[in-house]
Amino acid sequence: MPIDWKSYQSGEFYDELISSPGNPRKHARVLAKYLASLSQQELQYRKDSVDHAIKTMGISFTVYSEAGNIDRQWPFDLIPRIIPGKEWASTSRGLEQRLRALNCFIHDIYNDGLIFKNKVVPWDLIADSGNYRPQCQGMQPKHQVWAHVCGTDLVRDGNGRFYVLEDNLRVPSGVSYMLENRTVTKRVFPELFENYDIQPIGEYPDRLFDMLSTLSPREVPHPQIVVLTPGIYNSAYFEHSFLAQQMGAELVQGSDLVVDQDKVYMKTIDGLARVDVIYRRIDDLFLDPEAFNPDSALGVAGLMRAWLKGNVGLANAPGAGVADDKVIYTYVPKIIKYYLDEDPILPNVPSYLCIDPKQCDYVLKNLDKLVVKPANESGGYGMLMGPRASKREREDFAQRIKANPRNYMAQPLVSLSTAPILTDDDVEPRHIDLRPFVLQGKDFYVTPGGLTRVALVKGSYVVNSSQGGGSKDTWIVNEGSR
Amino acid sequence: MMLSSVAERIYWLGRYLERVENTARLVNVYASMLLDLPRDTNIGWGTLIDIIGCNEAYEKTKDSLEEKPIIRFLLADTRNGSSLMSSVIAMRENARTTREIIPAEAWELINNLYLHMKDSIARTGSRRGRQQLLETVVGECQRIFGLVAASMNHDSTYAFVQLGRKVERADMTSRMVDVGSISLLPEFNRDANQRQLLEPYENVVWMNVLRCLGGYQAYRQAARNHVRGEDVVRFLLQDTEFPRAIGYCLNDIDKYLRLLPNHDEVLQAVARVKKITTTVSVSELLERGLLDFIDELQISVADIHEAISLAWFHPEEWRAIKSVD
Repeated sequence: MPIDWKSYQSGEFYDELISSPGNPRKHARVLAKYLASLSQQELQYRKDSVDHAIKTMGISFTVYSEAGNIDRQWPFDLIPRIIPGKEWASTSRGLEQRLRALNCFIHDIYNDGLIFKNKVVPWDLIADSGNYRPQCQGMQPKHQVWAHVCGTDLVRDGNGRFYVLEDNLRVPSGVSYMLENRTVTKRVFPELFENYDIQPIGEYPDRLFDMLSTLSPREVPHPQIVVLTPGIYNSAYFEHSFLAQQMGAELVQGSDLVVDQDKVYMKTIDGLARVDVIYRRIDDLFLDPEAFNPDSALGVAGLMRAWLKGNVGLANAPGAGVADDKVIYTYVPKIIKYYLDEDPILPNVPSYLCIDPKQCDYVLKNLDKLVVKPANESGGYGMLMGPRASKREREDFAQRIKANPRNYMAQPLVSLSTAPILTDDDVEPRHIDLRPFVLQGKDFYVTPGGLTRVALVKGSYVVNSSQGGGSKDTWIVNEGSR
Repeated sequence: MMLSSVAERIYWLGRYLERVENTARLVNVYASMLLDLPRDTNIGWGTLIDIIGCNEAYEKTKDSLEEKPIIRFLLADTRNGSSLMSSVIAMRENARTTREIIPAEAWELINNLYLHMKDSIARTGSRRGRQQLLETVVGECQRIFGLVAASMNHDSTYAFVQLGRKVERADMTSRMVDVGSISLLPEFNRDANQRQLLEPYENVVWMNVLRCLGGYQAYRQAARNHVRGEDVVRFLLQDTEFPRAIGYCLNDIDKYLRLLPNHDEVLQAVARVKKITTTVSVSELLERGLLDFIDELQISVADIHEAISLAWFHPEEWRAIKSVD
């Protein structure tokens, strides 16, 4: 049976493509009509082509298990998500504004601390943060930028508006899948590209390379840039290798680098070669056993000294993660106002801070309606999904909140928007989010669109790839499309 | 600018690619040789374990010296680090971690060979299934290398693939000389009955060795003589035109070393092996047995490996280069 959009029900949720059964949104009409015109066999043929393309291109992510390391194929749904260009333009400005302000904030934290003196943000929050690095105090990185690559998670709620769910300022991943998704869609649906003006995304590796080049401490025509990976067993190793290959940079592990007289070198067959910029994909605490975790075998002894002396560029800078703390998140609108004197273009999801006794009281009384998040975790770990948790789980969590209120914040459950995915014999709505990538060095760059993650399990809100999530190609479509 | 760690992985990729092919060839030809030998000889599958040099590991398995368990150990057992499957896994792992360097199609071929092995390794229980699989493996290795040779820049990366291949090959050819001189092994040579039994088969054995190395025709053309132990040993040690002869491998190693910086020590190690293979009197060697000589040869080949490792992978002292531009 070909697709019948009249039987497609997204219920109370905002659907990205279909506004009500049988009625595609304006920007999705051509796509919906095209998909409905395909027979069951033609659809199946395209699904098979996707599987084949993903297999031959070797797009995978690693799942670490007792049975050994398995390179699992990347789960991909072939119906693209479409966002109108005009809406994206303002979202993109909002993303840039947010990162600009966050970088001012991080720089202020490690330098003058004006925002604390002016009592906009309490200093205690920083001092208690697991991601604050006192070693960075007084550091002046190039362009005064600390978070060079940011993955901002956006969600739409029932009214269709974008909200920022979280900022990822440490080592955000997923951009290689965004790029590969587009390559796969082009292979499988070349016809569709004739009917839409889709903003291209392929220049990301170039933009990343250019941004990294602006961090070089030496004025040389071709600074030596490396991608530092924790190694082949890391779940994002595919991405590290992909980005290195696309940028023409060397892919290194800690053992490939050495610090001599506060300068960083890589070990090559010609001897030691100076390294100018490191795009590091390992966490702060593993970067340098001298400065942080002495047991870390992943890092490079002396790297912090080299960076603090300005002899090497590090992206993202150590200590940048202090601003993606979930509690700091609730202050971001104030932070934007304070540094830029602008109103935030993109709103936060309303949040309750447990450190405030009144708000904490509300949280404890309404645990069944709220999502509670720990301040320093990422990837969905250590969260309570109140409406879906058992009574016992909620009581258990209440104890944890009372024991350490600083470490928790709560938000109402956002009714994530949906988009259609192709199931075995039909189309069905699934919840999605969006992770655009924002670069800041000397200049800004925002990816047109980003990585749309899909909760492949019906009704689920969990979009993480390690827990049954998939992804979609994301199109920013210019108005006036044919 | 080539990272030392990448050079090391590429070198091992070359070695494993060669080892996979050679292990497949060796097992296939050994099986065919056993069919040619009289049934009451003491030469059996256990001798193959000796030649490959994994007697100790095999003893630990406490399995019998019969065909099936030995074949399983040599081909399928991943606890045996030098089994065919272990080599294929190691080859794939070295390819996976250099994907940003090697041609994308080469990675796909290697990955497919691994998947194919995983699916069909169980079939090696039957003689026919085994022969088919081993022939496929040999063919695929040649395809992979053909692709690498035809689509990669012949730069330092390629030089490391070649070094790995030729060091591995020189080592394997020395083991094949061992196979050929099997009837000269002390345990058979001391036993007058065995000696008498095997003597007429000596040439059959050498013929199989040449076939294993794909060098039967090449030998006939070069030697212009029937198959004779002394000539075959000389051919395998000293010939500079047959690609599996040690003499050829050493020249090739020499050639690729010169493409790399800081190669002096390694060249000297190669020269030492050359001296061993060219100055030896083959007829004397066959008189007194090859055991010590082959040992000396293999140790000197291992010295080339050590020298390569010290020059580029793990130098004792890193030399700084001032500028990268």
